[in-house]
Amino acid sequence: MGMPNVNRSLKRRVAVVGAGMTKFVRRAQETGKELSFEAASMALETCDLTLNDVDCVVHGTAPDSFDGVHMKGEYLADGSGAWRKPYTRCYVGGGTGVYAPIHGWYHVASGLFDICLVVCEEKMSSCQPHPQGAFLTIFDHTIERPLGPNLLWIFAMEMNRYMNTYGLKKEDIALVSVKNKRNAADHPCSLLGNADITLDDVLNSEVLAWPVQRLDVSPITDGAVALVLAAEHVAQRISDKPVWIEGVGWNLDTAYWTNRDLCYPRYVENAARMAYDMAGITEPRKQIHIAEPYDPFNYKELHHLEGLQLFDRGKAPEATALGITQRDGDLPVCPSGGLLGVGNPIAAAGLMKVAELFWQLREEAGARQVPGQPKRGVAQAWGDLMQVGTVVVMGT
Amino acid sequence: MTVKIDEFRGVYLRESDFREKKVLYNEWNPNAQYAWDAGVAIGHYLAELKAGKLTGVRCNKCHRTVIPPRNFCEWCFRPMDDWVALPDTGTVNTFSLCYVTWDMQYLTDPEIPAVIDIDGTQPAVGIMHVLSEVQPDDVKIGMRVKAVWKPADEREGSILDIQYFKPL
Repeated sequence: MGMPNVNRSLKRRVAVVGAGMTKFVRRAQETGKELSFEAASMALETCDLTLNDVDCVVHGTAPDSFDGVHMKGEYLADGSGAWRKPYTRCYVGGGTGVYAPIHGWYHVASGLFDICLVVCEEKMSSCQPHPQGAFLTIFDHTIERPLGPNLLWIFAMEMNRYMNTYGLKKEDIALVSVKNKRNAADHPCSLLGNADITLDDVLNSEVLAWPVQRLDVSPITDGAVALVLAAEHVAQRISDKPVWIEGVGWNLDTAYWTNRDLCYPRYVENAARMAYDMAGITEPRKQIHIAEPYDPFNYKELHHLEGLQLFDRGKAPEATALGITQRDGDLPVCPSGGLLGVGNPIAAAGLMKVAELFWQLREEAGARQVPGQPKRGVAQAWGDLMQVGTVVVMGT
Repeated sequence: MTVKIDEFRGVYLRESDFREKKVLYNEWNPNAQYAWDAGVAIGHYLAELKAGKLTGVRCNKCHRTVIPPRNFCEWCFRPMDDWVALPDTGTVNTFSLCYVTWDMQYLTDPEIPAVIDIDGTQPAVGIMHVLSEVQPDDVKIGMRVKAVWKPADEREGSILDIQYFKPL
């Protein structure tokens, strides 16, 4: 039940020195391998490296059942630049996109490798008639699947529990969709960016599984994102502005999800506390300048901001209404546009958040740039049976 | 990125590209079948469901009674101590009114999945099931509910031996 003992005297510092991504689209012409190649080769180009410079490769991608390809990690290896290199695919459900850079981080922090290429890819569109079919097998096969559940059930029930516990209205939560879809209008890769969307558009969108409506949830998406990680002595030599991975955390709660109070993501708190501890963060509300929490549903951004200790429980909606989480607010949240706006190719969406911190902290985010020279950010992802939290803290 | 990257790659296909046969693709329909063993704890749970009873398990070290049953306590990592007979009544912890199927077909009458905290668990914990015999607008968190069972001769040791829960 307690916090793990974290070794703060790690051997080496690790920096992100390059990032690349594809457009996020509803259905890509490119295969998963081709999407991986586009993102990975772009990441290498941006830091003037070639595949020869890469010591090891880490891949993150969600269930094999999306693609209908068994051992998808091996299938995607060539597109990820892993030819005859030490290579692993890692997977913690929806949390994979922020876990993959952690997996890469300890390859480098340990001293084993100097340069690690991290690639996350998702091609959801292949799964017919709807990729939700691939998710039906997350439910217990004996005591849940006979009831005919679909994936929206559990998130609708979590959202309802969250709203009921804190007395929240749909309006309080729908503001997150408005903010993120507007932010995404400034993202050149976005699927659902919309500068003109209004609160009424969200509140009047069709009901899917009350309280979840169409514009409360992120879309099916294809896409890929890649990062280049380097050990300190290499990063200082090849990069004029390395962005350091200062803290990492991950945590898994029980799969007996009906035995938990769904109003609060304790596993996200545990992961955040681990990452903050490593990063020497004692007052996250003062020391974190940008947050990219996982937002496949609008209520999840709020839920996760509370788990990340950035707002009191039940208070993230109020902060959203006050504009605190706008790109020019006191704590910009999902300045990228998030999953609700840029799109949700599961693992790639999580790594997109880490890439956004890299661009924001280097002040290269263009129209999306948050003002005030941000120095430190946190990215987080979530998944499985609403049970995993993965957290990365980065700083300049 | 954006300031240092001129162009992001990726080609967006549209429905019309498939209708007009502008793109090539192939299809596969897998025939995947499984037979799952119920296991020790859920096996007992199903046998009790067939007898018209709900059953939980007790961990004396962690002082908790939980459902669905498991043969080990995932907190203290010891075998569970006792089976506990539980009533078939409980409280709605949370619910949804679901108007779509998994493949996004629309439903006129919503399915009403719920987490139902079962009476006698400690601290209160629930199972997932569905509600019926209630108007969707009348469902509330905190509502008291009771299981509606299949007739004894139709029960077969399945979670579906409870047809649904209805308001008490």
